[in-house]
Amino acid sequence: MSTASVPLPNWITYGLLPLINLVVAFLISGLVVWFIGEDPIQAVTLMLQGALGRGEGIGFTLFYATNFIFTGLSVAVAIHAGLFNIGSEGQAYLGGLGCALVALALDNYVPWYVTMPFAVIGAGLFGAAWAFIPAWLQAKRGSHVVITTIMFNFIGSALMVYLLVNVLIVPGKMAPETRTFLPGGTLPDLGWLIALFGGKIGAAPFNVSFLIALVMSFVVWVLIWRTKLGYEIRTLGISPSAAVYAGIPYSRTVIVAMLLSGAMAGMMALNVVMGQSQRLQVEFVGGAGFVGIAVSLMGRNHPFGIILASILFGVLYQGGTELSFDMPNITRDMIVVIQGLVILFAGALEYMFRPAMVRAYQKFVKA
Amino acid sequence: MSSLPAIELKGIDKKFGAVHANKTIDLTVAKGSIHGIIGENGAGKSTLMSILYGFYQADSGEIRVNGQPVHIKDSQAAIAAGIGMVHQHFMLVENFSVLENIMLGAEGGALLSKGVSHTRSALKRLEEDYGLEVDPDAIIEELPVGLQQRVEILKALYRGADILILDEPTGVLTPAEADHLFKILGMLRDQGKTILLITHKLREIMAITDTVSVMRRGEMVATRTTSQTTVEELAELMVGRRVLLHVDKGEANPGAIVLSVKNLTVKDGRGVTMVDNVSFDVRAGEIVGIAGVAGNGQSELLEALSGIRKPHAGEILIDGKPIDKVDPARLRELGLAHIPEDRHHMGLVLKFDEAENSILGYHRDARYGRGPMLDLKAVEKDAIAKIEKYDIRPPNPHLKTANFSGGNQQKIVVAREIERDPRLMLVGQPTRGVDVGAIEFIHRRIISMRDAGKAILLVSVELDEIRSLSDRILVMFAGHIVGEKTADAGEQTLGLMMAGIAA
Ligand SMILES: Nc1ncnc2c1ncn2[C@@H]1O[C@H](COP(=O)(O)OP(=O)(O)OP(=O)(O)O)[C@@H](O)[C@H]1O
Ligand SMILES: [Mg+2]
Repeated sequence: MSTASVPLPNWITYGLLPLINLVVAFLISGLVVWFIGEDPIQAVTLMLQGALGRGEGIGFTLFYATNFIFTGLSVAVAIHAGLFNIGSEGQAYLGGLGCALVALALDNYVPWYVTMPFAVIGAGLFGAAWAFIPAWLQAKRGSHVVITTIMFNFIGSALMVYLLVNVLIVPGKMAPETRTFLPGGTLPDLGWLIALFGGKIGAAPFNVSFLIALVMSFVVWVLIWRTKLGYEIRTLGISPSAAVYAGIPYSRTVIVAMLLSGAMAGMMALNVVMGQSQRLQVEFVGGAGFVGIAVSLMGRNHPFGIILASILFGVLYQGGTELSFDMPNITRDMIVVIQGLVILFAGALEYMFRPAMVRAYQKFVKA
Repeated sequence: MSSLPAIELKGIDKKFGAVHANKTIDLTVAKGSIHGIIGENGAGKSTLMSILYGFYQADSGEIRVNGQPVHIKDSQAAIAAGIGMVHQHFMLVENFSVLENIMLGAEGGALLSKGVSHTRSALKRLEEDYGLEVDPDAIIEELPVGLQQRVEILKALYRGADILILDEPTGVLTPAEADHLFKILGMLRDQGKTILLITHKLREIMAITDTVSVMRRGEMVATRTTSQTTVEELAELMVGRRVLLHVDKGEANPGAIVLSVKNLTVKDGRGVTMVDNVSFDVRAGEIVGIAGVAGNGQSELLEALSGIRKPHAGEILIDGKPIDKVDPARLRELGLAHIPEDRHHMGLVLKFDEAENSILGYHRDARYGRGPMLDLKAVEKDAIAKIEKYDIRPPNPHLKTANFSGGNQQKIVVAREIERDPRLMLVGQPTRGVDVGAIEFIHRRIISMRDAGKAILLVSVELDEIRSLSDRILVMFAGHIVGEKTADAGEQTLGLMMAGIAA
């Protein structure tokens, strides 16, 4: 309490403190690596090289980051309204259905850039629709979104498997997936962007969705801090009683915030379904919805922070994959442990070093 | 009496960024005395006390308790040094019971049961000794503010404080409750305890303190023996100019009925009837005051009239027309403004910037941005205008609202609501925690609104405020309006009615 209220300059709060958290997370991860008999320095080097060393690595890193930006934004929008949306995973899954239907309908007739806006809308709409029932239940019935969105993750998963196995499957094929989209239903890669920096994208599925994610980050920023709706969302999130006083309609604000949250999650599907695999497959979300929670937490629910945190998690994902190739001792599960440590320090323990920092800062200012 | 002072502060200095809240403060508080501290809003009183209680660290300076230099690094250290504090803004866990709140931080061991029974009996003893009655099992958020404060006092006493700091303890109390509190403080002093009392009410300073110190803009400008000073001198020392301690107002010119309340019944969250079949009118150009001891239904009445709480039965008419939708946003459209009693839970979002709070409730207005967009430049300009007009300090629209002093927070709310130029204004405790200079200003504003033909309904537990502002006074007791009096009704008469004794 005594130090919590002391204001620190922004560069410390948003720059130095997260950096310290990150460094500590890596130091402890290093200990773990050392403990299982590998060289931590070498592990870090391999990891960073894998994630950022070559154009292809960077492409993969940013591809993962794109997923996390969308889901991170999804979580953040809801958090600003005081809602903990755990359902980004399911909403993204349903978003996949939305954009796949658009792609399947249009890919035969129009080029990708005509399909794209419809696909964005389709993905957003389906994601939002999947958030609607939990939102409605929260707004009208007071059923907690944490519970209902978790349930809807399961329902969504079951629904998608049913649709893929029984409805969308290509007749005669074994795999539960749609047909491969024609070029008119895909999103092209961003090889030129990597080339701009002198790299080669190789097999990395880094695609136009990344740019859509950046645009959406900006949109969310404007929405939260520059619109009347955003003002209402934040008021409700911080002080529900002040929101009542101010005449901010609870139900409407909760539902709108959740729909926007669901839409952001839904758009994550563009990246994987239309950018990478170019077809709709089961379980394509692969946990990105949950990573979004960590990303949003770490990015202080701010779009800019979310972009940075997403890139960090992209590095962990891609670098981790490479690392597990090169150091067989370090399995996929070890990587998850390291990611967990980063989440722990950068997210959950974000204030651990604050009191010490405050003291150091005060001494520094006095001197 | 020992010669060593209970508290000595030497050269205490504290800055919050650009704000120099305490400038090399020296203060000596004699043991077994009641020492008052007064000063304008934002003068640095709460900051100084927070330093003494370990909430903040002074940038420099020394604290001595009973002659011993101490380093108070947190509130635990303060408690260990025998210092207890009742905060201006209560520090209670709202959904805990009274007992749990009192135990909090002093549970005594891993198992609760022993602590519980121990606390219960200790609480009982304290209650008996000081007459501070409160149901130990009541949930804090369901208690009226007056009782919540009792819990704060009990909490400090339970921890065995020798030096008790009270930051604006009477802001929420009726005169009777305040008198009771002062009796307790007197008793504590006679038992050798030392009391530091911050208040904006000079009458209280004169009545209860032995010594009084005055702060202005972060500095300690004077210390006086209470018996050798006057209210006028103190007010002048505080504000730096002469202050009119009583408002002058002309005759009211009541016009058409603006607000009409018919057989209104309101229940609280637990379903208890708080307002029972109440009817009255408020006309344009008059101030109707509702007097009453806190917790007699005034809060619920205000909440119902402002659309925050759904009435159970009855009708609310504005300009003779029943309101189609009793909803705060709709009522604002109809020209209603509302200064809520509880600025922290309703009137402000403490984490917002000052400027953001200066549009709360009116954020949909076209003047703050076209269509769905919020025009931050316009919001800021508007905020700065209000800051200047109401002398809100520090004059920084981007400062987080929580970092304004209590009185300045109140001014943010008052400025926002009055500057809307409403037709009907609901005013709850408008000067709670506001300094004498600002009270004068706010009262003048309310009266000039009346003179401009606005209908004003005033709820205040300050009988003085009700009497000096109102044209008509309604007295509320146990959810009923037990009588109506003119403004010249005596304090005695009103006091009896408020106690439910005579009509
Ligand atoms: N945590 C903080 N961060 C920044 N400024 C602060 C903080 N706390 C207080 N201040 C500023 O310090 C000054 C002194 O505030 P303080 O709360 O001590 O005033 P006060 O004398 O208690 O006023 P009031 O009578 O209105 O309660 C004010 O200008 C206030 O805005
Ligand atoms: Mg104060």
